[in-house]
Amino acid sequence: MMRTPRTARRGATVGLAIGSIALLTLTACGTTSGDSASTDDALTELGDAEGQVSILAWPGYVEDGSNSPDVDWVTPFEEETGCEVTSKTYGTSDEAVNLMKTGEYDVVAASGDATLRLIAGGDVAPVNTDLIPNYEGIFDFLKEKEWNSVDGQSYGVPHGYGANLLMYNTETFAEAPTSWDVVFDKASENAGKVTAYDSPIYIADAAVYLMHHQPELGIENPYALDEEQFQAAVDLLKVQRESIGEYWSDYLKEIQAFETGDSVVGTTWQVIQNVLAGSGATTDVVLPEEGATGWSDTWMIASDAANVNCAYMWLDYIASPEANATATAYFGEAPSSQEACEYRDDCEAYHAGDEEYASQIWYWTTPIAECVDGRTDVECVDYAQWTAAWQEIKG
Amino acid sequence: MTMNATAPASARSAASDPPEPDGAATAPGGPPRRGIPRPKATPARRASVFLSSHPRVRLGFLLAAPLFWLGLVYVVALAALLVTAFWSVNSFTGEITTEWTLDNVITVLTGSLYQTVTFRTIGVALLVTIIDVALALPIAFYMAKVASPRARRLLVIAVLMPLWASYLVKAYAWRSVLSQDGILEWVLAPFGLHTPGYGLPATVITLSYLWLPYVILPIFAGLERVPDSLLEASADLGGKTWPTIRHVVFPMALPAIIAGTIFSFSLSLGDYITVNIVGGASQMLGNLVYTNVGAANNLPLAAAIALIPIAIIFGYLALVRRTGALDNL
Repeated sequence: MMRTPRTARRGATVGLAIGSIALLTLTACGTTSGDSASTDDALTELGDAEGQVSILAWPGYVEDGSNSPDVDWVTPFEEETGCEVTSKTYGTSDEAVNLMKTGEYDVVAASGDATLRLIAGGDVAPVNTDLIPNYEGIFDFLKEKEWNSVDGQSYGVPHGYGANLLMYNTETFAEAPTSWDVVFDKASENAGKVTAYDSPIYIADAAVYLMHHQPELGIENPYALDEEQFQAAVDLLKVQRESIGEYWSDYLKEIQAFETGDSVVGTTWQVIQNVLAGSGATTDVVLPEEGATGWSDTWMIASDAANVNCAYMWLDYIASPEANATATAYFGEAPSSQEACEYRDDCEAYHAGDEEYASQIWYWTTPIAECVDGRTDVECVDYAQWTAAWQEIKG
Repeated sequence: MTMNATAPASARSAASDPPEPDGAATAPGGPPRRGIPRPKATPARRASVFLSSHPRVRLGFLLAAPLFWLGLVYVVALAALLVTAFWSVNSFTGEITTEWTLDNVITVLTGSLYQTVTFRTIGVALLVTIIDVALALPIAFYMAKVASPRARRLLVIAVLMPLWASYLVKAYAWRSVLSQDGILEWVLAPFGLHTPGYGLPATVITLSYLWLPYVILPIFAGLERVPDSLLEASADLGGKTWPTIRHVVFPMALPAIIAGTIFSFSLSLGDYITVNIVGGASQMLGNLVYTNVGAANNLPLAAAIALIPIAIIFGYLALVRRTGALDNL
């Protein structure tokens, strides 16, 4: 014990050293205001291809044959333009917003709950659609929507759209469920085997359900929830939580859980069903009567894109009927143009071009305090509170 | 600068100075004769002479690189992270606002979610630690005191073997073992038992498996240092197995056991991947940090949450220090 005082003194010295370093860092960081007000004008004319382009997209959007040799629409693009493609996939829109902040990607395929945040954050640039010949053929009801343009200025090219479907195990459910109640009010019948999408945006799925089952709440739009409506949705999800086996955001994890029977019912994407059907799993999907949330994706260009010409070339290429048909067919969603349907035989199933059907899907939109359903007498719950509530729900 | 003095000067002072290396060539009483020439005063030599006479500078040079690593890359990066806890984030654009605020820390301290998750995380970490120590003690004792040298080598290899496989591979292997049509269900079904499925029990099982080598190895090393003669002496004095273990082996192995628990406890405390893979819908502190960095894009809140495990580990280390175990390490 002779050395205790010395050790203590040395400890104090080390502590002092660490403290002074920390203090240095503190003063170095200081307090500055982080403003980023930059809205670059869109490109006016195209230059030469840079030789490479890096793309951030949902899984199944940029396939170069490495996942399956037959699935490849990147190689024709590379041969045509000389732009070498590198790509990265993401699992949730929040992840996409976060990854775009790194500035490493030239192009991003973003859903409606990410696009506005990317625009507001200055991460993506306006897009001059005159430089994209294939923009012409795209369905009019997808153009100049609140999730892909601001004040009439387009910020990207529509890619495809689809609904978040209800997946069920055909052995557990002799008859196909017709309502989302199998994951909400009747979820306890399959306690421990219910799954749900692991993102705050899933709260909107509960809101869609409440629109039909608790009309007295007066929900008009699942992304415009006032305090009371929001609380009802959160309460519904807290009850659902008791029956949840696991949440998924990695689509491979959901595929495995349905294959092994660890999950038997829950929200899904068409592409997941396509993979499961291919492996002979006993699952099927249905669009329940309440309608569903869904996505309408947009190809956007980063505001500080290093390869802006190749980025424009990719936007044009992926909007071309054949490429768009191949990519959207693989993911399991409706294509963005009527011409693309000539390269697909399943356009009927996705109701491609059916404006009526498309309007029944509640496309992912970022919830903001200013209610997106047009109400002005109340303040809506914004996305930051959605994320906080989502963690609360998971507990 | 006396070290750089010219040759005549050193010859003049040779009489009063202690003998120099070339002094040996001087015949006693005879005229001074030139022996081995002094090395030239190159910059390198000057530097080396300077260093040899200044041990502290020498030490400084030696430690500069590791200290740079420890200081800048490790401590400052950690400090920068913790500073972030006192910033906030613009909820719409996701930009970090660098204005000081205590909101995040207050949220983390008062929010019931964080308290629940903290207690759950500590519970899992403690359970994993207890299971690992209970499994590691007999294995390590067998390896150190009973097994033949050949068997010991094989056992050490066997314990290290899982470390050759990737963490993710092992976690996903457990995901498949624990699943509803996994091997565990197949083994247990004839006895009327079932797999725990995904959830906290699965997390505890998987983490116990993952950290077991890190607990066995220090305990094995600690037990190996217990001299066999002490065990024999205890036996000679009539000590039976249990009193020998309790009064002879255990006190000597305690520091090693504590070293092992520090590994399993702190590794469990920070884990989020395993619980994500086999934990079903459960969250641990690591998951909250992860979702706040990734999904919620709220780095300041994530940094504030990261303070919790840091505080717990400091508390644990302080507790360990009181037992005096750290002094013996």
